Amino acid sequence: MAWLFLLPSLVLFLLFTGLPVVAALVISFTQWDLFNPPQFVGLQNYTSLFNDRIFGQVMGNTGLYVLASVPIQIVLGLLFALGLNRVIHGKTVLRIAYFLPVVTSTIAAALVWSWLFNTNFGVVNALLSAVGIAEPPKWLSSSKWAMPAVIIVSVWQNLGNGMVLFLAGLQNIRQDVYDAAALDAARGWKRLWFITLPLLSPTTFFVLIITLIGSFQVFELVFIMTNAGPANATNTLVFYIYQNGFQFYQMGYASAAAMILFAIVLFITLVQYRLQNRWVHYG
Amino acid sequence: MARPTRHSAWDWVIFIALLAGVIITCAPFAWMISTAIKPNAEVFRFPPTLWVEAPLWDNFLRVFTVIPFGRAFANSLMVTGAITILQLIVCSMAAYAFACLQFRGREVLFLIYLAALMVPSQVTLIPNFLVVRNLGWIDTYQGLILPFAFSSFGTFLLRQYFKTIPRELIEASRLDGCSHWRIYLFIVLPLGKPALAALAIFAFVSQWNNFLWPLITTTKPEMQTVQIALSTLQGQFNTDWPLLMAGSVLATMPVLAVFILGNKAFISGLTAGSFGGK
Repeated sequence: MAWLFLLPSLVLFLLFTGLPVVAALVISFTQWDLFNPPQFVGLQNYTSLFNDRIFGQVMGNTGLYVLASVPIQIVLGLLFALGLNRVIHGKTVLRIAYFLPVVTSTIAAALVWSWLFNTNFGVVNALLSAVGIAEPPKWLSSSKWAMPAVIIVSVWQNLGNGMVLFLAGLQNIRQDVYDAAALDAARGWKRLWFITLPLLSPTTFFVLIITLIGSFQVFELVFIMTNAGPANATNTLVFYIYQNGFQFYQMGYASAAAMILFAIVLFITLVQYRLQNRWVHYG
Repeated sequence: MARPTRHSAWDWVIFIALLAGVIITCAPFAWMISTAIKPNAEVFRFPPTLWVEAPLWDNFLRVFTVIPFGRAFANSLMVTGAITILQLIVCSMAAYAFACLQFRGREVLFLIYLAALMVPSQVTLIPNFLVVRNLGWIDTYQGLILPFAFSSFGTFLLRQYFKTIPRELIEASRLDGCSHWRIYLFIVLPLGKPALAALAIFAFVSQWNNFLWPLITTTKPEMQTVQIALSTLQGQFNTDWPLLMAGSVLATMPVLAVFILGNKAFISGLTAGSFGGK
């Protein structure tokens, strides 16, 4: 009986998730251009990836993006949530406002930010010259400033996500804990540091995992804003998978890069679960 | 907090910071709309102005004539709507089995479904593309819809909610001779409405914004979704900012409307993902 209820999900799961995961691993051991039959090449795709200079650059870019955007998102998300948690009227409206970028399509967001970052007519550079910066950056057409621009947009777009989760976490902390703390004269910074943050740590832990995992998958922003340029300065892991698979038709090579993404995501998840007991306090 | 009449200096700092945050968050939307209605003379003016002296609505019509944007919009509505309905059906059936039925292998299968949450969609992208291509489903609605008809997240969300429905209610109906289909349809689904609403909004928003999958599985302009159309628009008119912004406004409106109307359900679904498991 139960299996009748499970049948549709099982079929779809096997066809579009279960078997494809196995297939992705198998394809990563082949050389396949879609037009000729696949050839088994063992670990060759992986050894080529490690010797691929561009792939090295791609991993460096992705690492930089993650290392910059994740901490900023988490710290700002937490600060705004702490602030919003003190607001009495208009909390819902503010929460909606902060969350709007999260539900906006990344394509539309990337387009409007490309316009804002326009070197000659963009608002960002207009503001920078207004405060006296004579030669503002060329942003998306500069190999030095394109990645910072992408990072700024990612923070703008994803900030609300962490903030909403932090806010829900803060509202889960019971008032009697604070009342007890007040008896012990814990106020202000002390209360934040010794009570709020430790009790919020399960939320912080969850936000950290999903933000990290999401950041390693950045694609649409660079696709629209820079097309991975200039000179691969913003080429990221998922863009490289897309590029090799669907522009160069190297299915095996692209699958090997996809397996590396998979390994990173699994690694983060496992490490986080092991560390969880050390610093997470469940209230 | 307990003294609403006295505001400390901190309250003012927080208030100003929150206000600045809202301005930075919302400014790009204001700029999107302002640029969409600007005549060219005002677009390339330095320093740029937010206020539009001679608003022009032509760009919203032009989007529909330079590319088949109307068709793309209809495709997106069709694909997103179908995925949302299918996820509601498929996930709620699976969630009913996990939450309300006893069967061998229940815990193992649920763990497998949960483990799928750890698989990034880009890992299964190439095999899924090959499956859809071999089925001859490139440039078809089924190719755009079916790979997303099941969601592990949705099943998890609904199962957590269905578990809160009192067991006695289900057992009493069993004693009255109700079949599981009747219980599922007439007791569990109506009681599960808040969770179903959360999943519906979540599915709609994420699928409306889906980009990579339609990018690789559509080749004909008449099968493109709205996000792909927007990216095509950028490829063809990359300096026509009023046109691009008009397209962005149109592509953003449906999700913003759905989100603002259903933000409570959406956020409850989002946070259930983090707190429901504990």
